[in-house]
This record gives sequence, C-alpha cells and structure tokens, in this order.
Amino acid sequence: MSNNTIISAKDLSLTFQTNDGPVHALKDVSLDIEKGEFVSFIGPSGCGKTTFLRVMADLEQPTAGSITMNGVSPEEARRARAYGYVFQAAGLYPWRTIAGNIRLPLEIMGYDKADQTERVKRVLDLVELSGFEKKFPWQLSGGMQQRASIARALAFDADILLMDEPFGALDEIVRDHLNEQLLQLWARTEKTIAFVTHSIPEAVYLSTKIVVMSPRPGRIADVIESTLPKERPLEIRDSPEFIEIAHRVREGLRAGHSDA
Amino acid sequence: MRNLFPVLTVVAAIIVLWYGAAVWLNTPWAYDKAQRAGVELSTSELIADTWSQKKPKLPAPHQVTREIWKTTVEKKITSKRSLIYHSWVTLSATLLGFALGTVLGIALAVGIVFNRTIDMSVMPWVITSQTIPILAIAPMIIVVLNAVGIQGLLPKAIISMYLSFFPVVVGMVKGLRSPDHMQLDQMRTWHASGAQTFWRLRLPSSMPYLFTSLKIAMAAAIVGAIVGELPTGAVAGLGARLLAGSYYGQTIQIWSALLVAAALAATLVAIIGLIQRIVLNRMGMAQ
Repeated sequence: MSNNTIISAKDLSLTFQTNDGPVHALKDVSLDIEKGEFVSFIGPSGCGKTTFLRVMADLEQPTAGSITMNGVSPEEARRARAYGYVFQAAGLYPWRTIAGNIRLPLEIMGYDKADQTERVKRVLDLVELSGFEKKFPWQLSGGMQQRASIARALAFDADILLMDEPFGALDEIVRDHLNEQLLQLWARTEKTIAFVTHSIPEAVYLSTKIVVMSPRPGRIADVIESTLPKERPLEIRDSPEFIEIAHRVREGLRAGHSDA
Repeated sequence: MRNLFPVLTVVAAIIVLWYGAAVWLNTPWAYDKAQRAGVELSTSELIADTWSQKKPKLPAPHQVTREIWKTTVEKKITSKRSLIYHSWVTLSATLLGFALGTVLGIALAVGIVFNRTIDMSVMPWVITSQTIPILAIAPMIIVVLNAVGIQGLLPKAIISMYLSFFPVVVGMVKGLRSPDHMQLDQMRTWHASGAQTFWRLRLPSSMPYLFTSLKIAMAAAIVGAIVGELPTGAVAGLGARLLAGSYYGQTIQIWSALLVAAALAATLVAIIGLIQRIVLNRMGMAQ
C-alpha cells in the first residue's frame, strides 16, 4: 500500500443471510486503488461487483475484513461526503429542473446560494448540458439525464466517483459518446473513478485498471493494468493492444466461470 | 366535451329508470285514492297521478327539481327553509372537519413513517377507529362535547374529521414510503438528515397519494357532517332537512336534500381533482 492509495480493501467478505442459506457476495477480496486511477469492475451478475461498490459507499456493511476510503472507514468517508455515487438510473426528481436537481446535494450539504449557482453552471458545462438549466428531466433524453446525474455527483468536492453501471440502460451509440465524454471529464477533474460495468469494450476503453470478478463466491479473478495511453480516441478500440487487453479480460471471465 | 357524452347518457338512463320506478312505486296509492273517490283511472291518468302526488313513495325527478328550485332560487338565503342556508351550515362543518382530518392524518402518517413505536402502537387504533359505526359514536361525541360546553360547528366538524383522517393516514403512509431504495440510498450517500430527506424527497413523492386520499376524505367529511346533524335535534343543515323530511313523510324534501348533498360532494371532490391536476402537472408527476 503506497502513499497514493485512496481505496484499500483487505480480505473483505460479505455474506447475505437469505432463506435459501448464506450467499457469499464477496469472499476475501483485497484491492488497492491509487489516487487518480480509473478502475473498472467487470463480471457476470452475482459476482459482487455492485456489492463491492456499495461497501465502498457505506451502503452495505462487510461481514469480515477491512476497507478504507481516503484512509478512513467508508462511514466516515460518507459523512465527510468524500465520494459521489452515480446509480444505474439517473434518479432525477421530476419536480425539479435540471439545475434544481444538481443543486439538491449542494442544498443538503449547506453550500451558500452564490456558490451553488456557480457550481451548477460549472458542472453543467463539464457534461455539456449548458443551456438546459431550466428544463425538466422528462424534456431530456435518457443519455442527457444520465449526464445530468453525473454532473450532480460532480457538483460537490468529492475526490472519488463511484459509478454503478451508469450507462447500462443506454443504447450503444449514446454509450460510446458518453464513454468518450467521461474520459475527458476524468482527465480534466483528476478524480479517482470506480466504475461497475458488464461490457468488456467499455471496461477496456475507460480503465487504467480492470478488475475481473467471478461469482459464487464473489471474488477477484484477475487484475489487469491497462497499457493503453491516456489519450484514447474511440478508434483505439480497433488497435491490437486494445484487442489484446479485451482478450485477457474475456479469458479471466471464462476462467472464473469454469471453476465455479 | 368528449367526456360529457358518456356522462349525459348515464344521466338520461337514470332519469328514464327513475320515472319508471316512480310509476311502479306510486301506483298502489294512486289506485287507493281512485277507489275511495269511486273513479276508474285510465293509463295516462294513472301515470300523471304517480308523477304528481304530494307525498309519493318515490317523487318524480321534476318534482324534486321544482322543490330544489323553490328552496334555493326562490327563497331568501337567510330563510330557515332555504336549502342554500342549510347547505352552507353543512358545508362549513364539512370544510372544517376536512381541514382538521387532513392535518391530523398527515401528522399521524409522518409519525408512523418516522417512528417504529408509533407505527406499531397507533396504526391498529387508526384501523379500529373506522370499524365503529359512525352512527353509534356520533351522538356520544355530541353529548360529551355539549357537556363541556362545546356546541354548534365544532362537534359536527369533529365527526367529519373522525371519518376523513383515515384515508389521509393510509394514503400518506404509502406516499411517504413511496421513494424507492435507490432514491433513499442516494440521500444516504449525501449524508442527508431525516428532515432533509422528508422535505426534499418523501413529501414531494407523496403528492399523488395525498390528492387521491383527499378526494376520499372530502366525500367522507360531508357524510360525517350530515350524520353529525342528526342527533343535534335537526336544527339546521342538510342532515336536519333529511331528518325533518322523514319525520313528516316529506319524501320530496328528503330527495332534494339528498341531491343537493350529492351535488355539493361532487363539486368539492371535483375542486380537489382540479387542484390535483394543476399541482401534479407542474411537478411533472401527472399520470
């Protein structure tokens, strides 16, 4: 664990007690994430990738092992508002405008009015939604709504962005566009991003580190450090390097399946 | 206008059935009268008689309409025989009871949603309260409140409240619990307090449920006000008109009071429906 480690999990386990007996959502998961990394979690459903993210966010409690966020427990990190969380659904409030929705966490955290207005403007600019302040969510497409929800997670000063399949419900073309935007945004804001997905190209395209997970019990099957450069045009997905990494991810997924 | 046609069709069908029923129910009395007078009735004479008796079993629609006209337009509203005067008496108790019931209902719902002890202890009593027939408990409320010197509007309003708070509690508990897991998790990630979650998420989310409940509560409130007027000795109000009418066999008076009460309830519910449409449209929650 280096000085730059921002998220650190050690022997993390989480067992849900259900009527059909215990379910091992996570088993002995250890992982360090460095500051400024873009880490994707990929794996079939039931591999615990979302659960892992929810543990980081203090939305689930681990049953064994330890985890620190920014050097403190997830609960303290949550209380300190150290991370922004983007859910699979945009979850915008229909009774608030786009600006009003982005202002919501700022109101809750007690930012003053002038600061709120300035931050809303800045993050809307960041996700290319300037001019949509006064629109209501239903007036926006699904992709734009999800961008607004990312803007909402960026509006307050959190160094960590946790994203749970944020583009899972969007079509391929919109998704490509948003992936490109997300990379630019990541480069500009220098945040640490943990990103859950079930799309191999998405994981390879976005990440500096890809964590391949396998189910029953949920565990890490492989951790792949990406060799792709930081500058990534969409065409990079046709390069041999990209295909090579994608291949390794696929191998990892298959291996995880065969010993289950 | 599209909606008007089916409504008018139903109204027309009811009126036709009503006239038919009036003939059927009032025929025995028409024959009775004819026999005593020693005359034979032709069919048209029979029908004309059944639609114009003084104390019919079932008054014909035009008789009721004429009575309503006489007791609203042609009477001064200060007159004790004016239906507008009686409607106002009932309406004021209804509105006060509805307001009290809404406030009580929302307060209880907030308590139930936020406090497990209140949920466990109060909810069964809320349900039990509605299993007691209102006709049985209404005189008790009047008598008890009278004993402590409270008379007039308030006892009737309390009976209205007793009926109208229930749908508001049930609807608001459901409404305040309607935000899904994701929305509540989201609030948690922002470390929002219970109050912040309430004002910014739970309360706005509950609006569709609230308005549905308010419509039922309003209809219940008017029933409560009318029932509350019965044991007070039929001094004033639509309930008093109903009771006085039944003492003296004034079926026409009973039916006109009934129709006015129904029209009043329909108007009040329609007003809530209108507010509901405007509010939910502005909140982007119109179904």
